[in-house]
Amino acid sequence: MGVAQVPPLPETPGPLFPELASAEEKFRQCIQCGVCSGSCPMGEAMDFAPRRAVKMLLEGRFNEVVESNTPWLCVSCHTCAVRCPSQLQISDGLFPALRAAVMAEGKAIDQDLQKALQNTYLYGNPMGISPKKRAEWAKTAGVPVPIMSQLRRPVDVLWIVECNPSFEPRGQEISKLLARILNALGVDFAILGPEERCLGDCEWLAGERGLFEMLIERNIEILSKYKFREIIMTDPHSYRTLLKIYPFLGGRYHVQPVVAFLAQRLDQLKPLLKKKLNATITYHDSCCLGRKTSHYEEPRMLLRAIPGVKLVEMVQNRESSLCCGGGASTIYLDRYIQERVKDRLADRRVMQAAATGAETLAVACPFEPARFEDAVKVTGNEQKLIVRDIIELLAESMEIA
Amino acid sequence: MNIAVLTKQVPDLVEGVEIDSTGKAVDPDSIRYILSESDDHALEEAVLLKERTPARVEMFSLDTGEVRDTLCMALAKGADRVVLIRTGLETLPSNHTVAKIFASVLQGLSFDLILTGVRAIDDLDGSLGGLLAGYLNLPYVGLVRKVEMADGTSMAIVQKEYPGGYAAELEVKLPAVLGIQAAEQPPRYVPVSRLRQVMKTAKVEEKETTAPEPETVAVERMFKPEEGMGATMFSGTPEEIASQIVGLFSERRLVR
Repeated sequence: MGVAQVPPLPETPGPLFPELASAEEKFRQCIQCGVCSGSCPMGEAMDFAPRRAVKMLLEGRFNEVVESNTPWLCVSCHTCAVRCPSQLQISDGLFPALRAAVMAEGKAIDQDLQKALQNTYLYGNPMGISPKKRAEWAKTAGVPVPIMSQLRRPVDVLWIVECNPSFEPRGQEISKLLARILNALGVDFAILGPEERCLGDCEWLAGERGLFEMLIERNIEILSKYKFREIIMTDPHSYRTLLKIYPFLGGRYHVQPVVAFLAQRLDQLKPLLKKKLNATITYHDSCCLGRKTSHYEEPRMLLRAIPGVKLVEMVQNRESSLCCGGGASTIYLDRYIQERVKDRLADRRVMQAAATGAETLAVACPFEPARFEDAVKVTGNEQKLIVRDIIELLAESMEIA
Repeated sequence: MNIAVLTKQVPDLVEGVEIDSTGKAVDPDSIRYILSESDDHALEEAVLLKERTPARVEMFSLDTGEVRDTLCMALAKGADRVVLIRTGLETLPSNHTVAKIFASVLQGLSFDLILTGVRAIDDLDGSLGGLLAGYLNLPYVGLVRKVEMADGTSMAIVQKEYPGGYAAELEVKLPAVLGIQAAEQPPRYVPVSRLRQVMKTAKVEEKETTAPEPETVAVERMFKPEEGMGATMFSGTPEEIASQIVGLFSERRLVR
């Protein structure tokens, strides 16, 4: 069962359901098997779970679906799309179209999401921080972190740091550690610094097509100024978008997530992993590294390479991994979702992690540390489980933390 | 009904503000201007009114910073006409001057309601609306959070905020100037594709104003908040603390 190709974006946005108009024929191939609804971790809370929503849309009952809670509960975990026997783009096609329709009709959207979109329009990041401050974290990295515009020469590796790892405190700490790891491996790398802007994954999936296109235009323009052999990315969401969507709009790059880049250098990395960690670890497959881009093995290879690590698996792993509940801009819809969902996905996932007996939950997505640490507290696992990024674990074993 | 919304752009504090070499003004190169927040609420309230009762909304903005985006955003939200007021001034003038410019622009035009933000980051005492109403010889209500029409278009019922969570409902004879504290709902979101569509065809009218009179109040010194030294905590017996305080005072030459 392969990951279906993401369809190209339509040329011009129409007034209502532009994507559906072009995708309607495709959606007529829906055999109403219900695998999507049965697989959907949010289906139970939706007014209309995906199968029913598709049926209603094909019957022309647009308004009922658009006005329900359905458009805003999809976390874009992609399970439906991977399992759909007709290979329909439900999470990447249908849901962004529904959200775009809500916005096109001028209906009010959630205030937290609105703020994030407005910030991204003004400052290129959802937090609303000046883009001038994007490389602030690098000042205390302890190793040189060159910025492309100042370097004035081609580099081997362009590291796109992205929003959370540039601005969020925990993300910044992880970025510093990654800079030290790259430095220890002798990688010739640089970042974009103040020129970097959000790549637009959340904005696209939130249905903000115009904002997404604006970000793409700008990012392609910036990237065209510089010469580099490959791009590495800390954020799997942006990685997936740069890998699979940018090519449709003229941005083709050799791009890898950081975990894959490091796994390729395992021979070089292994001798540096000196400190024994003596930890039982379970790894959470994020949706964008897992189902969306099939990087299941590299994170596990890195964890197994750390001396003293025992890797155990959660009941839902790899293709069936349970989403943290923060994809497709739902990271800004926490309040909206919490009012409508009994058990948050992050809480459910942390309970699965605790059930393995592992004391460390390893992650490789910048959304996870905050989401899962919160869930660890909510579920009463504070003394039992800690959440650590793979980068933090590697850096500790390399004794450069 | 005709509604005028008067707006200005203010420095975006997210991008930071630097003081220029004279020490008397903000360095214009350090600034990006954005629409003043309560002006954005004034526009939202005007559009809400238009959705309830047939009305024509016209927005007038001073020309500090890049204003075209803001005016196009207003058209996308529901304004019928947008006008850029050419002042030729590089930085924002004082509220007296702004009020005079707005008054001269509105001269000879007929509006039932004139809405503006009740305050801005450079006008925390909220004097603009009152000054404008004075120059136009119209009634003024500030700190307004809701506007409803009564008796056709000759009267409005407005909610005005008071400290301590109190509010009052006032009847205002129109035409009147209202200083909007907050619209009934947060300013609406305009998807970027819609904004870009509007930008392609938007007609932004321009209106020249005569050079304003020289300012009567001049800025002597502009400075950022000065950081304190932090606190020194004394510990020990009362006698020890007393001698530490005396020691500190003589060290700072506060006592001889």
